[in-house]
Amino acid sequence: MVINALNYEYTELNQVLRDSNGDCTITNCCGQRFIGAGISGRSITVSGIPGNALGAYLNGAQITVHANAQDAVGDTMNDGTIIIHGNIGDAAGYAMRGGHIFVKGNAGYRAGIHMKAYREKVPVMVIGGTAGSFLGEYQAGGIIIVLGLGTDGKKIVGNFPCTGMHGGTMYLRGDCSRVRFPGQVTTKTAAGDTLVAIRDYLSEFCELFGYPLDEILQETFTVVTPDSSNPYRQMYVAN
Amino acid sequence: MKIEGQVRIPSGCAIAAVISKEGNRMSGEMIANSMKPMHDRSNGLGGGFAGYGIYPEYRDFYALHLFYNSRSTRKDCEVFLKERFEIVKSEILPTRKIPAITDEPVIWRYFVAPLQSVLTSMQLDEKEFVARTVMKINTDMPGAYVFSSGKNMGTFKAVGFPEDVGVFYRLDEYEGYSWTAHGRYPTNTPGWWGGAHPFTLLDYSIVHNGEISSYDANRRFIEMFGYKCTLQTDTEVITYIMDYLIRVQGLTLNEAASVIAAPFWSTIEAKTDEADKQKHLFLRTAFSNLLITGPFSIVFGFNGGMMALNDRLKLRSMVVGEKDDKVFIASEEAAIRVMEPDAQNIFAPAGGEPVIVKVKDGAF
Repeated sequence: MVINALNYEYTELNQVLRDSNGDCTITNCCGQRFIGAGISGRSITVSGIPGNALGAYLNGAQITVHANAQDAVGDTMNDGTIIIHGNIGDAAGYAMRGGHIFVKGNAGYRAGIHMKAYREKVPVMVIGGTAGSFLGEYQAGGIIIVLGLGTDGKKIVGNFPCTGMHGGTMYLRGDCSRVRFPGQVTTKTAAGDTLVAIRDYLSEFCELFGYPLDEILQETFTVVTPDSSNPYRQMYVAN
Repeated sequence: MKIEGQVRIPSGCAIAAVISKEGNRMSGEMIANSMKPMHDRSNGLGGGFAGYGIYPEYRDFYALHLFYNSRSTRKDCEVFLKERFEIVKSEILPTRKIPAITDEPVIWRYFVAPLQSVLTSMQLDEKEFVARTVMKINTDMPGAYVFSSGKNMGTFKAVGFPEDVGVFYRLDEYEGYSWTAHGRYPTNTPGWWGGAHPFTLLDYSIVHNGEISSYDANRRFIEMFGYKCTLQTDTEVITYIMDYLIRVQGLTLNEAASVIAAPFWSTIEAKTDEADKQKHLFLRTAFSNLLITGPFSIVFGFNGGMMALNDRLKLRSMVVGEKDDKVFIASEEAAIRVMEPDAQNIFAPAGGEPVIVKVKDGAF
């Protein structure tokens, strides 16, 4: 089904979406918020610019955007996949607790803020370009991968990555010698082709956006993890 | 009526701007339309616009836009104005009566030139004189507010949604080489006509999405230099800070940006360019009271250009795009796409990284 979003405000558009069955294509989208919030088991394709909180609370559906997306993509999403063929705004994957977000381009500030994981629920975000400052702020679980593809020597991540990180893993392609990490995380480098844990995600990224996996894996990766079970030990008071 | 908590109010103010680097003039309709996809960022308690290059036939005169709460206030204020200015034109600012905009004050427009004899006796330059006059009216004359005071530019603001405010002020009938826009969602302060954005002094205007945590520290400092914050909202202090830093202190736009959105000490410490490092140390030290903390994205308009800036933590969204001679700035990309569906090079500037766009020399 095709939904022309031209004259819909966000409540109307989302009502039409919820009232329809099966896969949907939304055309002429221009800033309508909360698209696909909480939905399961369907595929939604968006042309135009979706508004903030695209796929919030997403519960198993797949959303594909053929342009840039705005802020808070996949806010608190639980399951499903969001594929962005452009850049994403700030706070992508905010408190995400499951599912996958693939971004071809760059992410804004605070991507993966407070991502979390529990047993089989492991959220994954793969960013093809660069990420802004405060990447993985308060990350509590899950996997954040930044590839820095086509960035012409630009720093792969802005200032203050991993601030307050206390769980999960971050993979940044390259040696990250220019990136300053906070004291409570540990960084180590690993050859790309030894990273079995993320190979499937990288492979899916490459299939989606047409990159050669071999080339991406030729580079070393910087792997960041919190370095203790109590990373807040000295943050405010000794506890 | 349901209150917040029972109903979700998705809010956050909206800003947008467009400028032609070639100085080509655009009707105000485009910028008003750009606010439509961001409708839900405002709540109807304030909307406004600033247009530059809109009064070419009066380009040498200060255009004063005033709100009056009564006809008698206007009479009193006009007596005061006549003592200080040659008034070449005095008229009701044209508006459309529409259901969405109600309770409007008396809105008047004057094109004026300061009286040379008064300037001479007060030993002031023209701009300082006009700025002081604006402060005097806004402080001492209850019920009279100057909300625009620059040359060849004008501010138009009201209580209402921005797209309605654009219709109310007949922006489709003006043409400017640059426009800024604001949709308001007041959080701590009243939604009233004088509290809508942009906030202007001379040709400087500010539209602001955010909330200034350092407001009172900033206010106390800037009021030492003759500015008075009278409009019951935080944003006006940014306008006066920019006027003080740029017009009075002579800082560049980049330097002013480094004062109000100063980099962290740790970021300055890590700078490898020693001259740049020393400059930032100086600016943070000399103007520490003008650091603006809390979330903001602003567009600062001035004759011949504009500057967009985010707070250093980038707690508000802002994107920039361009097409041909035009540069677009907005809280959301959707607003840019309304102005120019084929806008290119869309990017989000980093926190504290100013985007400065100027009209080429002689084109405005």
